[in-house]
Amino acid sequence: MSNPTELTHAPHRDDVGARMGMWLFLFTELLLFGGLFLVYAVYRHEYYSQFRVAALELNLSIGALNTVILLTSSLTVALSIGALQKGQKHLSVMLLLITDILALAFMVNKYFEWSTKIHHGIYPGSEHLLNLPDGQILFYGLYYIMTGLHALYIIIGLVFLTIVLGFVITGSVNKDSYVKLENAGLYWHLVDLIWIFLFPLFYLIQ
Amino acid sequence: MANGTIAIDDKSFLEEGTTKKATGIASWLFSTDHKRIGLMYLIAIAIFFFTGAILGVLMRLELIAPGRTIMDAQTYNTIFTLHGVIMIFLFIIPGIPAVFGNFFLPLQLGAKDVAFPRLNLLSFWIYLIGAALVLISLFVEGGPIDTGWTFYIPYSVRTTTNVSLAIFAAFVLGFSSILTGLNFVTTVHRLRAPGMTYFKMPLFVWSTYATAWIQIIATPVIGITILLVVLERLFGVGIFDPALGGDPVLFQHMFWIYSHPAVYIMILPAMGVVSEIIPTFARRTIFGYRAIAMSSLAIAFIGYLVWAHHMFTSGISETAAIIFSFLTFIVALPSAIKVFNWVATMYKGSIDPQPPFLWVMSFIFLFSIGGLTGLVLGALVTDVHVHDTYFVVAHFHYVMFGGTGTIFFAALYYWFPKMTGKMYNLKLAKFNAALFFVAFNTLYFPKFIMGYMGMPRRYYDYLPEFQNLQVVSTVGSWLMIIVICLIIYNLLSGLLNGSKAEANPWGGVTLEWHIASPPPLENFHEIPEVTHEPYDFSQLKNMKYGLKGESK
Ligand code: HEM
Ligand SMILES: [Cu+2]
Repeated sequence: MSNPTELTHAPHRDDVGARMGMWLFLFTELLLFGGLFLVYAVYRHEYYSQFRVAALELNLSIGALNTVILLTSSLTVALSIGALQKGQKHLSVMLLLITDILALAFMVNKYFEWSTKIHHGIYPGSEHLLNLPDGQILFYGLYYIMTGLHALYIIIGLVFLTIVLGFVITGSVNKDSYVKLENAGLYWHLVDLIWIFLFPLFYLIQ
Repeated sequence: MANGTIAIDDKSFLEEGTTKKATGIASWLFSTDHKRIGLMYLIAIAIFFFTGAILGVLMRLELIAPGRTIMDAQTYNTIFTLHGVIMIFLFIIPGIPAVFGNFFLPLQLGAKDVAFPRLNLLSFWIYLIGAALVLISLFVEGGPIDTGWTFYIPYSVRTTTNVSLAIFAAFVLGFSSILTGLNFVTTVHRLRAPGMTYFKMPLFVWSTYATAWIQIIATPVIGITILLVVLERLFGVGIFDPALGGDPVLFQHMFWIYSHPAVYIMILPAMGVVSEIIPTFARRTIFGYRAIAMSSLAIAFIGYLVWAHHMFTSGISETAAIIFSFLTFIVALPSAIKVFNWVATMYKGSIDPQPPFLWVMSFIFLFSIGGLTGLVLGALVTDVHVHDTYFVVAHFHYVMFGGTGTIFFAALYYWFPKMTGKMYNLKLAKFNAALFFVAFNTLYFPKFIMGYMGMPRRYYDYLPEFQNLQVVSTVGSWLMIIVICLIIYNLLSGLLNGSKAEANPWGGVTLEWHIASPPPLENFHEIPEVTHEPYDFSQLKNMKYGLKGESK
């Protein structure tokens, strides 16, 4: 973040504090999703069999592919931190770029997945959906809300990673001061973690 | 200091900002100094409070006679909604943490600033954006929101007023609250001065710390709930719509999972301020320091488990109702522990009844009434009778306004000399406190009686038998607005023409009283080494600014 003004007092650096702040933030993001998991649990309990029927309609292979993509991107971001700590700036930049590309790939898949669904007339408020039983309406409602919010997190994470990538290139994030990269990595792991829960809840449990 | 310009000794934070290039108002708006940010919050919050109070007075005016008096039913609906939204989301939730927490948390910890000064400025900006969104929602097409501040489903999905924008504003404000919370938690963990162990922290710090945790843990839940309502309005997803299989009561659960803990976001910091003021004016160390500190944490945690006491009449199961009722009684205990400890602190103290102390006396009385009537609402049998009546309106004004609002004024009168370096008129301030007490009870006590007699809340009209009490209450609202104007007048004239305040006018001993008034930009030229207990008044004679500011 660039500051339009100048600090007159000595900027104070506290990496442990910065990391702690990030963990607290991740905690709040998790709780935000927690509310949705709660709603999911309530309705899965209430409409057990209809959730099963609706889940069969989802495209398991795209979901699995996206899981692999995200897990790999979590690996590359972790490796890029390690690389920077060892002073291998070039490698670190490459790994971050790969992470970015994987994130984009995830979004592209998501786009195709959603647009096929919408093409088939399955989206909130659509006539086709409204004719289905209640449980299926809720299943798809939650599907769009939860994967949609997750996609938003992916975009935020992508922006975050790209900004830090810029810092690594200019050298303001470097071998001795890499807490920003670590924090971006943490955020990315969170995005990954949430997906690890979404995937089985929507695609696998039947 | 390692690098950067060294602050010149005599300049205060009012004269010297963190911004070198910016001057004038920009040097405030872009300042990362926690003290300037605190004061900016104060100005913004004072404006909103005043607006909210005016809306309250307008409602009271409408209620002076049965039938239509000055506004129609729809206007009344939008006004109580706005009044509630402003008072809750713009005044009482951010109130004490954003103003006094920002200003005094680092000072009391012996730190130069909060852990993330720039994030702090960002929180302030987000707060302003949230407030602006509320304002915009009033004027764009659809008209001002009329759901009540609780946004209950299904009405909030059906009404054609501007619900989406207004509640999105609450979402934005929640984000600001979360960022402030995580900033404060990190500050307490990382920036305590050497020697300041957890049990040497002043109690205001303890309560702000507990509050910050609630802000972090509870606020995201209202965030997602609000998003769901917005999505429901935009796309008709069906999560809360019984026609599509959804459940409107689920909304109430999610709303109160946040909003009950939020009442502790409102009251805990106020309790912290009380724990500062009482020892200072009783000249005696606080009784039961650990009990008070731990009861803050207890409130923070038990406070999560009682939300459904707002829903006894919404159709939850009998077992659930009994459990929640029981837990509600439990959560009253830590608050009672605090009240007993405060009273015990005053016992045999040498009490100096200065204005801040008088406000605290009002607080103990009003808050106790609010708390005890809370038990009436927490008990199943009585709640069914008084649910959604004026009894509830009286109860929450006693706890929120009589509790936190009163302490907001107490804190202003207590710390004003430290924040501005000026003193206000003490006599007028004492008169204020007394008049406030009278005004408050005239305004709200009749509502307990009317509620008990069956007057429902959120009605712009009533049966003739309520008129006498309604008129008393309306007169109370006029007294109240006079009190508020007097406070503003007293503080503003103190600021402009008041005499110079001593650095330690009340003889306090926590760290903020060890430095000049107003504090210099960097707070402490040298980070202090803490050796005393927080309320050890034996250090007073050795302090740089002892009692009555005799500088050593
Ligand atoms: C001059 C001061 C005030 C006056 C005259 C006043 C008056 C009122 C009145 C007449 C109502 C509507 C009662 C009804 O018809 O149900 C009301 C509601 C409310 N007030 Fe106040 N009030 C004042 C200050 C405050 C303060 C300081 C707070 C919070 C800290 C507050 C919070 C609320 C809330 C949350 C509601 C409920 C709104 C709703 O039903 O959605 N008020 N007040
Ligand atoms: Cu409650």
